Amino acid sequence: MAKSTSIKTRSESFFTEIGDMALFSGRFFKEVFSQPFEFKELLRQSYNIGNRSLLLVGVTGFILGLVFTLQSRPTLMEFGAESWMPSMVGISIVREIGPVIIALICAGRIGSGIGAELGSMRVTEQIDAMEVSGNNPFKYLVVTRILATTLMLPLLIIMGDVIALFGSAIIENLKGHVSYMLYFNQVFDALSFSDIIPATVKSVFFGFAIGLVGCYKGYNCSKGTVGVGEASNSAVVYTSMLLFVIDFIAVFVTDIFFEI
Amino acid sequence: MDSKENLKPVLELRSLHKSFGDNHVLVDFNLKLFEGENLVVMGKSGSGKSVMVKCLVGLIQPDSGSITIKNQDIITMGHKELDLLRTEIGFLFQGSALYDSMTVRENLEFPLRRQTHKVADFESTEALVREALENVGLSDTMDLMPAELSGGMQRRVALARALILKPKIIIYDEPTTGLDPITAKEIIELMRNIQKKYHTSSLIITHDVDCARVISNRMILLVDGTNYVEGSFDELSNSKDPKVQAFFKN
Ligand SMILES: Nc1ncnc2c1ncn2[C@@H]1O[C@H](COP(=O)(O)OP(=O)(O)OP(=O)(O)O)[C@@H](O)[C@H]1O
Ligand SMILES: [Mg+2]
Repeated sequence: MAKSTSIKTRSESFFTEIGDMALFSGRFFKEVFSQPFEFKELLRQSYNIGNRSLLLVGVTGFILGLVFTLQSRPTLMEFGAESWMPSMVGISIVREIGPVIIALICAGRIGSGIGAELGSMRVTEQIDAMEVSGNNPFKYLVVTRILATTLMLPLLIIMGDVIALFGSAIIENLKGHVSYMLYFNQVFDALSFSDIIPATVKSVFFGFAIGLVGCYKGYNCSKGTVGVGEASNSAVVYTSMLLFVIDFIAVFVTDIFFEI
Repeated sequence: MDSKENLKPVLELRSLHKSFGDNHVLVDFNLKLFEGENLVVMGKSGSGKSVMVKCLVGLIQPDSGSITIKNQDIITMGHKELDLLRTEIGFLFQGSALYDSMTVRENLEFPLRRQTHKVADFESTEALVREALENVGLSDTMDLMPAELSGGMQRRVALARALILKPKIIIYDEPTTGLDPITAKEIIELMRNIQKKYHTSSLIITHDVDCARVISNRMILLVDGTNYVEGSFDELSNSKDPKVQAFFKN
């Protein structure tokens, strides 16, 4: 009995949280279109986010390309289909693996950072201080961060994809003696708009999710240093979960529109 | 006291109630702050002093009661008007609450950024920031980060930030807590200078008896969520009531 109530209350609080988060994003859409706009802060946040994740995304993308190609080579060779390598790697990285892996990395890097930063600002009453000084902290802190992640994630993902393909091309060049020119020609032949556009749209939503959950967790952080750790940790957990949900929905919708 | 009755208070709390779940923090709390006076509110730790002042500036919604500042009811007020009114109130947070990702200069500029019409009345943002820092004796810290300052210096920068728009009402939440006695004296001295220079009305929250003795014109004791007694420092410190005496015994 005790166990069932605890599950009941836990699932209740889970759904309350989802509702709160929906309200939070509603407030974002309300405030994003109202004056005054915080352009300078938006630029600063975008720069910060890009700058903080650039190296990480680059290294991850590169290794992803190397490993993916190395692993697939033997199987493709068994079927005598090595020449399919560029198209296969291109399509899987651009459509699925690139966006998901890079978004997950960014959830760990950016989402937890935002959660911790806003959380500690909440706990040390800096957010209250902004409000008392007649500024709108939601606008200054939350709107700028969510916009920044929404703008930057697609860029980071495109960059990561390109680096991953480059890593893959190196392996093909070394092992299969395929020239870089030929490799990239084949990749671009295989890719169509029905691969690139859904993937980019998806990355926009990924970016929004990372910013939203990080800000929500930090902005509503409970008191104490425990609260800050909790905020940054649960930001990552919730975002990762949400990323897969969004990914599923995106694939589902793409399937309807483009009939892949 | 009679002359006070005729004066209009600049800030008034009537029958304020606030509970967090079963924790009834404020139960029928009343307070009037008159122009030009230093009113000290004393209370034990956890008695709801911070909750009370946060209700005052609209950071916490009270359950019931009314709050009027300069004859405006802040509970029913819209967001825009509230933000405007807030620029006329200086608020010193208990933990300083400096923005730790900004330099001292940016901290002081922050309250000015939406107040361009006010800044135009004075010379420039730069001059305002400089003056505010000179008032607290920290002119040379302009480009440091808050983390590079000592606790006492942080408190003084926070004071400078609270005062930068030259508010007529200042609320200090425990200005001396966590500081050594000498630094605490310096802060109290600063508060008195500012009051003299700008003729402000101040509401000072504290549980520091020395601070109360030096600065108060009038005192209110917050006990069990209500304004238990009211009077001058001498009246209260000579009171026979054991609940009141408890505050003044060392
Ligand atoms: N946001 C909140 N949610 C729940 N309870 C709160 C909240 N803020 C304050 N309280 C409770 O209200 C009571 C009064 O807190 P408050 O911070 O006003 O005390 P205080 O008089 O300022 O004490 P101190 O002198 O230590 O600063 C405490 O019991 C605290 O637990
Ligand atoms: Mg307090």
